[in-house]
Amino acid sequence: MISQGTIKETALKLMEKAAIEIPDDYLSGLKKAAAAEDGDLSSFVLHAMLENYEAAKEDRRAMCADTGVPRWYVKMANEARIDGGPIALEASLRGATAESTNGVPLRPNRVHPLWRTDHNNNCGIGAPEIEYSFEPDGEWIDLTTVHKGGLFGTDYRMLFPGDGIAGIKRFYLDSLIAFGKRGLACQPAIIGVGLGGSKDISMVLGKQAACLRTVDDRNPDPKIAALEIELKDLGNSIGMGAMGFVGKSMVIDCHIEVGYCHTGGMPMSVHAFCLSSRRAVARIHGDGRVQYRTDPAWFTPYMRRETVTWEPTAEPSRKSI
Amino acid sequence: MGTDSGTLKKINLNVPVTLDDLKAIEIGNVVYLNGVVYTAREGVYQRVIEDGWKLPDDFASISNANFHCSPAAVRDADGSYRVGAMTGTASFRFSKWLARWFEVSGARIIIGKGGMTFDDYKKYFVPVGAIYLTTVGYGTGALLGRGIKKVRDVRWYDELGIAQAMWMIEVENFGPFIADSDLAGNSLFERENAKIKGNIDKLYEGTKPPALHRYGETDDRSEELI
Ligand code: SF4
Repeated sequence: MISQGTIKETALKLMEKAAIEIPDDYLSGLKKAAAAEDGDLSSFVLHAMLENYEAAKEDRRAMCADTGVPRWYVKMANEARIDGGPIALEASLRGATAESTNGVPLRPNRVHPLWRTDHNNNCGIGAPEIEYSFEPDGEWIDLTTVHKGGLFGTDYRMLFPGDGIAGIKRFYLDSLIAFGKRGLACQPAIIGVGLGGSKDISMVLGKQAACLRTVDDRNPDPKIAALEIELKDLGNSIGMGAMGFVGKSMVIDCHIEVGYCHTGGMPMSVHAFCLSSRRAVARIHGDGRVQYRTDPAWFTPYMRRETVTWEPTAEPSRKSI
Repeated sequence: MGTDSGTLKKINLNVPVTLDDLKAIEIGNVVYLNGVVYTAREGVYQRVIEDGWKLPDDFASISNANFHCSPAAVRDADGSYRVGAMTGTASFRFSKWLARWFEVSGARIIIGKGGMTFDDYKKYFVPVGAIYLTTVGYGTGALLGRGIKKVRDVRWYDELGIAQAMWMIEVENFGPFIADSDLAGNSLFERENAKIKGNIDKLYEGTKPPALHRYGETDDRSEELI
């Protein structure tokens, strides 16, 4: 049985880690980009960012004052049992979000869309979002918090099969350039592309592809993996770098996730996970042990299953972490 | 102190700034500030310009540098303030208030995210002798947080909340910022956009727009989606 005390304490620590510590995979991706960048202005920006991550860690202060919109992803293994059930779990996650807003401190970012009511704690109707997924074996739960920034950098479009790969590339370029000018998307970013699903799922897949997969992780479908690399290179060939200055670092990595869609359509979304790619993960085991990491390991073979039922394979369904 | 500016020229300014200080600024310079800087955005603009709320006396002699941002800050039980990080917010949306704001506040430096349009510079900045500094990244919140010596005053905290209140902060080596505009109204962002345009045109050569268009993207109401 996993206790609420452990969940709350872990969630508080995750909020702080996400806000302050840039994940290693993004950091090394950005270092590579900085080494290759030759535009003088873009290169200055990347070096300032690298210094900013250090300052945040040294001073234990938020790396970016824009909190973005803190949200939670919960993955539950099939045998996990939670004290107080899902209602208590959600209360702990909301509680940790509110407390760390004052603790770290984080800027309260969440307001009512019409009345602009601000509870000064990043909680409200539908906030923070909590999404769930499940895994076949185990007694653990994985908690991931993502503080995704960006009023800009995300877009959706209904494409059709006839638009083809060329249409995908065109809309990808449209989004990158639209939000890349003046650096509105705070690039270089991890770009997530959601293909298929229904409209809402296409958006969800794109956001999860950006926020829940690490730099250099490839889609298991080799053709999609090749397209990821092609799109990454395409983004970096625009001639635009950080803040929209002349340069070549636009995309640290590109991740594509797909879902089956209506036979007549091909919905597509594009999401940019910015220079403050904030995510933190912990696994809470059934016996109360807690392990922290930065790879959400969200997209598992089980998540991407195509069959009617799940046939346990020889391979473990979750990737090893 | 501050990030190695590489080949870019680095300038320190004391706030309030004078016209002579600003004459030395060229677009693309890296700028650090010392003195007092305040935040003001839609909440303050609306109240001061439209509802007639009063700024402190001699406001421009305390500070003439307006930062478009909200800090990651908290008011502790003893009434003191803790500021963690500071990050600019996109300035383009505040353009409609700027002419009046320059008049009532005496601001000569606007700091924010992403600059404003060339037209805004010509219409509002050049006539009063003001320039625009953009934050860097834009996520350099921790570096800016380090430049804060203390919170001098917070106006309208109860009325406007943390994000929209006017934070007056004493800063030292506060930066880095990049000069997007100069006194002549040149814009670094627009210069860079123009440089990249040729390559973008080449990338798009031979690509086709999607089968389904979007209504409302132009003002032509006779348009169809297919
Ligand atoms: S997009 Fe990211 S780096 Fe940019 S201001 Fe928002 S949270 Fe900060």
